[in-house]
Parts: sequence; C-alpha cells; structure tokens
Amino acid sequence: MAVLDWEVIQQYLPLYQEAAWLTVRLGVAGIIFAILIGLICAIVQYFKVPALRQIAAVYIEISRNTPLLVQLFFIFYGLPKIGIPTNATVCGIAGLAFLGGSYMAEAFRSGLEAIPAIQTESALSLGLSRAQTMRYVILPQAASISVPPFIANVIFLLKETSVFSAISLMDLMFTAKDLIGLYYKTTECLFLLVVFYLLILLPISILGSLLERRLRHAGFGA
Amino acid sequence: MAVKILAETLLSIRHIAKRFGDNTVLDDLSLDVHKGEVIVVVGPSGCGKSTLLRCINALEPIQAGEILLDGEPIKPDGKNITELRQKVGMVFQSYDLFPHLSVLDNIVLAPRKVQKRAKAEAEAEALTLLERVGLKDKAASYPRELSGGQKQRVAIVRALCMHPEMLLFDEVTAALDPEMVREVLDVILKLATQGRTMLIVTHEMQFARAIADRVIFLDGGNILENTPPEIFFTNPQTERARQFLNMFEFAAVKHHAPAED
Repeated sequence: MAVLDWEVIQQYLPLYQEAAWLTVRLGVAGIIFAILIGLICAIVQYFKVPALRQIAAVYIEISRNTPLLVQLFFIFYGLPKIGIPTNATVCGIAGLAFLGGSYMAEAFRSGLEAIPAIQTESALSLGLSRAQTMRYVILPQAASISVPPFIANVIFLLKETSVFSAISLMDLMFTAKDLIGLYYKTTECLFLLVVFYLLILLPISILGSLLERRLRHAGFGA
Repeated sequence: MAVKILAETLLSIRHIAKRFGDNTVLDDLSLDVHKGEVIVVVGPSGCGKSTLLRCINALEPIQAGEILLDGEPIKPDGKNITELRQKVGMVFQSYDLFPHLSVLDNIVLAPRKVQKRAKAEAEAEALTLLERVGLKDKAASYPRELSGGQKQRVAIVRALCMHPEMLLFDEVTAALDPEMVREVLDVILKLATQGRTMLIVTHEMQFARAIADRVIFLDGGNILENTPPEIFFTNPQTERARQFLNMFEFAAVKHHAPAED
C-alpha cells in the first residue's frame, strides 16, 4: 500500500494553492507594513528623537514579548469593542505588521548602530550634509549589515502567518486542519502542508544565503 | 626653520571653552593661525588636543567664545557650516575611509556630491594626487586591501581634493606600525613645503621639531607654551612643558642604555 494517496493529493491541490496564495498575500502585505514601522522606529531611535524614541522602545518591548496569537486576538476581538470595525484580513495584516515591526526595527537599528561614529564625522568634515552623510556613507553600510537579520525576519514572519487560522483566515494551516477534520486524510494533508510552506520559504532562504555570501565577499571592515 | 613672514589670519580661536558635563576640556583658549603657517600641538593625553581640532571642524559644539575662519564664525548648527567645513580638511587618527567605496570613490565622493564637480575632472585630480603619494595603482582598491599607512595617505588625498584652505591632522600616525609612520609623515612634510596651512596634533617630537613654525603646548585645557620649535624643544618656558619633554628624553635614555654598557 502506498503511503500517500496521490489521487487525494491531486484533488486537494487547488485548495492548497488558493490557501498558499492567501498566505503569501497577507504575509507580504504584513511584512511591507512591518518594514515601514521598523524603519520609522529605527530612525527615531538612531537619531534619539525625544518622546518618539521612548514610544518606539515601549512598542518594541510589547511587540516582542507577546505571542502573535495574543496580538491577533487583541486586534480581532478588542478593536470592535472600542468601536473600530474590523475584518479578519485587516486583522491578519495588522497583527503581522505589529509583530514584525519590532523585529524589523531591531534589524535596521543594529545595522545603523554598527557603523562607527567616525564614519559620520569624517563625512561631515568633508562638507557633506547630514542627509548626504546618511545617504552615501551610513545607509549603504548599514543596509548590508541588516540584510541577514532582515531575511531571517521575513522567513520568521511568513511562518508566523500559520496562526492566522485562529481568526478564521483560510490560509494553509486553516485549510489543512479543515480538510483533516472533514475527510481524515491526515497524511496527505500534512504532506501538502509541509510542501507548500517549503515552496514559499525555501526560495527566500536560498536567495538570502546567496545575498549574504555576496555581502561577505564584499567584506567591508578595516 | 626660517621665520616666515606671516600673512593674514586664517583661523582665529577666541576665548573658547569646551565642557563635557562638569568636565572642562578647553578653558578660555585663544589661538590665531596665519595663512601658510604650520602649527604643531603637543601635550599629555587628555589635554584637549583632539577636542580642539574637533571644535575647529564643528564636530563638537563649544560653550563659550568663538572660532572664526576667514572672519566667519564656525558653529555646528550654522547655516553655512558645510561651506566652512569644505575649507578645513581633517584627517583622523583611526582610519576613517569609507569601507564600501573604492579608493577613488572615497576621494571623489565629496568633490562630486558637495562641490558638484564633474566626474571626469574630479577623478583626474584624484589620480594626480594619488600619484603624488605613490598610490595611483591603488585607485580601484578597497580600503580593506590597503595597509594602515596607505589608508592614511588616501585620507590625506581625500581631504586635499576638496581644496581646503587649511588642514587638521589628529594624531594621524598614532595607530600606525612604526615602519609606516615615515611614509605618512613624509607626505605631510611635502605639504608643508608647498605652503599649506596646517594644524597638527602629534606625539612624534622629531617630526614636530622638523615641521613646525610654532609649537603649542596644551595642558589642562590651556595653552602653556606658544613658541618656535627651537625654543620649545631646547628651552621650554614652563615647568609642565619641561616635565612633558622629559618623558620623551627618559624614553630615549632607556633606549640607548644597553649600548653604553
């Protein structure tokens, strides 16, 4: 007897494709917002902007020290209670952005802070403005340092989308659980689940290592 | 060194005070630098030498007094601060080249982005200057591929390419291996013979004696001596300066001791 029933797999494939597409869509949207939040927090902290900097620090601690599932429940059930109507899709994206923002902020901030102050000073002493110093001297160096943690965050956040099923978004996890509950084809369902997550994440992972190797080859430093 | 006929004042430091919290680093310090003059600043570590240079380049705000370049006040938040900084080239102790840019791009970044000069013209000048310090073949290299001495020579060229009216050197050989010190000092000596205005912080006393028109001895945030090198090194006026110079003498005695046995 074959371990996997290929007919069942073929039958389920379209459902998984649709679910994978939802996972990717919500994941990408959430990550884009996470990048924006992360950039703002990192810049606010790097330039030590009063007040905003403390707000960013508090946000980062809350975001990093609570599970995504809890954050999603808060947004999904909490917001309507204070009169903000919401739906599952918006909640999923918002939840992912809320979680990811802090991780992205830390990735960007570590890149910025890794650049020694002397780089800024020597650029300023040459007559570059603050903005030019940032653009031509600090950001290119900081970006390359931030790439590995950035890629790791993207992968982490895409994996975290698997808790979206808790607010009834029909992502990969939801689809697998649903199908198992309906037809008990557990092996096939879980097999497809693993394959689809790998299909989404492996290319990013491989691309990330290639990029990292190139950056290491460029090997900044004294 | 022959006494130069002093041209007009280029840089005027008037009664400046620099404090870090309660710690006063520079205290009511005044100094005029004339065009074409080479001034060497010496003093024990922590005396404020580097801070003085950093204040001149507005990398540090001052709490009192003023610094005038060509009569214009230098302030970190001043409107024309980038113009004023272009007139003052600075070379730091630690290698401060931009690691993500090639030697040539390090040199032409500011001429192109700040002075909006044409790429071809800026690069041609950069290559000419590199040739003069013996590094033309390193134009395409990255800083990580250079030795410490080569990096410092590139840093000097990078400052020169902005056509500064004045150069500041902040212990540029302090982080170098001894055999590389000479190649950097030779470049600075050559600049002195071209009549460049320079303010040099160094611990190389032989070099200071050879290059300086005036030696400034700084201690406790004040200028204690402001004399030609012949006088400073043979007949210092203050006890503090004598003590300071003695440390170097002592080192020299120890060094020669075994040979006398």
